[in-house]
Amino acid sequence: MRLTLRILFLPKNIMVPEILQQLLNGLIIGATYGLMAVGMTMIFGMMDIINFAHGEIYMLGGVFAYYLVSLLGLNYFESIALSVALVMAVGLIFDQLVLRKLRDEPTLITILVTIGLSIFLQSTVMLFWGPSPQGIPSPFPSKTIQIGPIFLTPFKIFMAAVTVAVIFGLHLMIQKTTLGKTMRAVFQEKEAAAIVGININKVYAINFALGSGLAGLAGALLGTLFVVYPNMGLIAVVKAFLIVIMGGMGNFLGAIFGGLLLGVVESMAAGFISSSYKDLFGLLIVMIVLVVRPYGLFGKKI
Amino acid sequence: MGGKNQTIGLLVLVIAALLAPFFIQDEYFIHLLINAGLFYILVAGLNLLVGYLGKLTLGHTAFLGIGAYTSALLNLKLEAPFAVTLAGSILVSLVLAFLFGLIVLRLRGPYFVIVSLCFAEMLAIVATNWVSLTNGPMGLPGVEPPKFSIPGLFEFYLDTKTRFYYLMLALVIIVTYVTHRLVHSVIGRASISLRENENLAESVGVSAFRYGMIIFVAASVFAGVAGCFYAHYVSYINPEVFGFIYMITMLVMLVTGGKGTIAGPFYGCILFTVLPEGLRVAKDYRDPVFGIILIVVAIFLPQGMAGLFRRVWARFKGKEVA
Repeated sequence: MRLTLRILFLPKNIMVPEILQQLLNGLIIGATYGLMAVGMTMIFGMMDIINFAHGEIYMLGGVFAYYLVSLLGLNYFESIALSVALVMAVGLIFDQLVLRKLRDEPTLITILVTIGLSIFLQSTVMLFWGPSPQGIPSPFPSKTIQIGPIFLTPFKIFMAAVTVAVIFGLHLMIQKTTLGKTMRAVFQEKEAAAIVGININKVYAINFALGSGLAGLAGALLGTLFVVYPNMGLIAVVKAFLIVIMGGMGNFLGAIFGGLLLGVVESMAAGFISSSYKDLFGLLIVMIVLVVRPYGLFGKKI
Repeated sequence: MGGKNQTIGLLVLVIAALLAPFFIQDEYFIHLLINAGLFYILVAGLNLLVGYLGKLTLGHTAFLGIGAYTSALLNLKLEAPFAVTLAGSILVSLVLAFLFGLIVLRLRGPYFVIVSLCFAEMLAIVATNWVSLTNGPMGLPGVEPPKFSIPGLFEFYLDTKTRFYYLMLALVIIVTYVTHRLVHSVIGRASISLRENENLAESVGVSAFRYGMIIFVAASVFAGVAGCFYAHYVSYINPEVFGFIYMITMLVMLVTGGKGTIAGPFYGCILFTVLPEGLRVAKDYRDPVFGIILIVVAIFLPQGMAGLFRRVWARFKGKEVA
């Protein structure tokens, strides 16, 4: 088994440090994918909404951060925080204005509506932004730091730290606070939660805003690492879907694990096989997973 | 609308469509009608899946692309005539739809939606990167217009807009007829029962997989035919045929026209190809408007225009009697 793996993945001239390097890159980017997927899975798990606009919310995170830094001249960290807040506001408005009317409608309707929002946001941003990509200017130096055999940029370390902090914060909030308890109650049994006096509409709104905020943060971070452009949401939403499917719809841990897995697979594929086909591997893996387990790796049979 | 009225209405419509090129001098308008027809073939297939079977696919462009690339490659590399490229497109989309159906038709709800989207994305990646076959993002130029010929006897090129229009009209009529027969057969009724309640339908012996497969393959073959026509008509294709914007356009047409009705795709396609041009709506604002329309129609008019017309007609008749 070990030998076959070596033959499959390791051409002779590739050294172990390179694998470690790709693994780490993959984990860092994968954690950001995880953020986005957690947002999506929160929205799906509680509200039964497949949020197609999640990719555009992610894009907005990057777009807002870019404008705040380069047009308003805010400091990078303030811009990111403010951008997440703005994105959450967009989520909140959409939920209260549109989704609130559709709480008991079948999924087909809500999918169509979120697709509508997705086109609207994407094409509206296109009008202001134009098609060309822009990077968010960040204060981090671009020179790499060497840790043992591995090279890292300061920004990637910052990105990893933020992601881990946010995921832990979210976990603590859901486990320890009253709001978290309320959310879990609605997640498990919304009728029962409503009977004991929980304001379902309020919890839904908070949940949708939080989920959107996570996507926005991922967009601002990845927009700094790569670039921001109006169409970036589509491939991102596809990836988030892949992760959520792998992890099981509505499964919090599964989303994080799936995000890391996809990040590593992409990074390995880009490093050792072909970078132009890297997006294909994630898609292929999901297909294979679904052939074997039609309800996802951690999902339960509906 | 009684059966007799409907037949007369259809006849009038067909005659009007046949005579249209004699009255329309503007070539651009014929081009718009051809576009509407192209979208009609696509949307009619989508309607089978979304409207009758109740499975939302976001990968319909996959088969548009498959048909287009099959035809273009057959025509460019093997110099195959239209009849062969059409047959090739139908065959390839049929086989791929069957194979893909084996995987996805076991999936329900959101899983189906997302994996269908993945399929189209995968094909787009392959079409972009397999440069030696597809010429990558540069695309394949120079697909010939359809030629019908018996060697030594006669040759007939479909090289004017009007000739393309009649080919399109023929395809539209065939597709409508096939849809009509399919929908009013056991298959159509089985699909509707699956749409309304999959568990119940399966428990009385309607196989979700079997009927799902028939509908899925039929819808995909329609899209493959549309792709073949597209390649020959535009004479140039690139990976953008897999583009999500076409998928969105089809969905908007279907939902606005009225899903689950035969007439719905007609209304949708005419409305969204002819009307924006007629009103000279600025192109930049088209997509944001599409988004809003999709949201508003999905919320307030789930039956689309077909449903609206039916209601208005019923009220009109009701008043007439009273």
